[in-house]
Amino acid sequence: MRRDHPPRPPESLSWFEASARQRIAALVDTDSFAEELGPEQRETSPHLGGFDLPVQFDDGIVVGRAMLGGRPVLIAAQEGRFMGGSIGEVHGAKLTGLLRAAGTLRRDTVILFDTGGVRLQEANAGEVAVAEILRALVAARLAGARVIGLIGGRAGCFGGGSLIAACCSSLVVSEQARIGVSGPEVIESSRGVEEFDSMDRALVWRTMGGKHRYLIGGADHFALDTAASFRAAARRALDQSCQLTLATLRREQTRLETRFAALGSFSDAPAIWAAL
Amino acid sequence: MTLAEILQSLLFADGGVPLGSGLITGLGHLGVGEPARGDGRIHVLGVVDGVELGVEQAIALSGRVLHIAEIADDAPILMLLDCRAQCKTRRDELLGLNEYLAHLAKALMVADQEGHRTAGLLYGGAAAGALIATGLATSVLVALPGATPEVMDFASMARVTKLSLDALQQKTDSMVAFAPGLGNLVRIGGVCTILRPEQPLASQIAAVLLCTGGGDERDRLGLQRQGRPKAASIARRVAADIVNG
Repeated sequence: MRRDHPPRPPESLSWFEASARQRIAALVDTDSFAEELGPEQRETSPHLGGFDLPVQFDDGIVVGRAMLGGRPVLIAAQEGRFMGGSIGEVHGAKLTGLLRAAGTLRRDTVILFDTGGVRLQEANAGEVAVAEILRALVAARLAGARVIGLIGGRAGCFGGGSLIAACCSSLVVSEQARIGVSGPEVIESSRGVEEFDSMDRALVWRTMGGKHRYLIGGADHFALDTAASFRAAARRALDQSCQLTLATLRREQTRLETRFAALGSFSDAPAIWAAL
Repeated sequence: MTLAEILQSLLFADGGVPLGSGLITGLGHLGVGEPARGDGRIHVLGVVDGVELGVEQAIALSGRVLHIAEIADDAPILMLLDCRAQCKTRRDELLGLNEYLAHLAKALMVADQEGHRTAGLLYGGAAAGALIATGLATSVLVALPGATPEVMDFASMARVTKLSLDALQQKTDSMVAFAPGLGNLVRIGGVCTILRPEQPLASQIAAVLLCTGGGDERDRLGLQRQGRPKAASIARRVAADIVNG
């Protein structure tokens, strides 16, 4: 556990541009963050060496405890600048451990997503890690903890990360957020450029962007691209009740069925927005 | 084993009822006198015929799972899997496929919480988000020999990792954490065990279901089988330090 605190970043800090550690420092109450299994422990990926790739001492995720608006929370932040925030064995296990603690303590948890999904160089380990994270997250929610997801980083929230995000109690997104199971490049390489041109930035944003997700109900709170705005939205999310029960899922089923029936025939976002 | 053989071994007279494109549902039986709790009945769902898991399939499956969860029996749920990855289309992403897949995973986990133990049986393909939302969201995932799980097809992997196809192929022999295939998913701890097709399937599934109900054992399996050297200890250390701190 480390308690050496960097200076608090300004409230105007761009969430999109910031690092994982800057985001945490700007999000939580001043000097309240205590990291677990920090970089000084040097718990690095055991698999990247086989690809002659560099490792990072925190494996691209920062986890620990903090206070947010005077309330104790657990917190995790993915570092999109290390291998696209991808989820490998160690990265995933740190988040799993945090969420298991959240379930045991019934402690609200905030996850700052910034990930392309499973780290393909350790694909099997990452895939099962995502499954373990989902189970720990759902167990924490069933125990009564809230899990709030914040999305607006450079790497977006893709692949397995997008499934973790959609299991959260609530999601905060900015306009810069992108959420998808298959990212633009994966769709293009799988179905061709006619299906999805991954270089078409406008298409990417209107298909997977934060505004679209918010409009169709895939995210609950909209934030500006500043640390202050994300902090305010996270505090609002933490004030809402969020029980996960069979009845919750029944309502979710109706919501998603209704969306599919109403919007399933559209192939581009503007038609959907017009229909909403 | 083929789907027909699997269904026959679960005492399906009707081959299962189609639930939609690539989906089946029905009520099977694990056999009288087997070591099963309850009366031996089992709810069977299938994502079959190599279908891709899109919004349409996911919402039909989750609806069925929730319907079962609301039934006041304690019959377990078995999910049969021979599918591809999630449906990689612009339309499915526009509609928020991640929400549909996550909802299916949550439905399976909450059904388990409601007393319906869950298991997955992988007998064909399954990949990426489709595997996470189905088999890996059940309490225990088992497989039959010949199953072909993968995380992503090599062409997409090459594009995302910016490695050549040749370079990726060379890694498949040596790297458990990376290379596709059933054996590696077993060693990682994602698949609990491989069933014996020459033995009655129903009693093997009944036995597997009896082992569920504890915590998530997959990281410990991955450690024992030398597929994931660090996951179990890292998760335990983080959780223990926070809970005890």
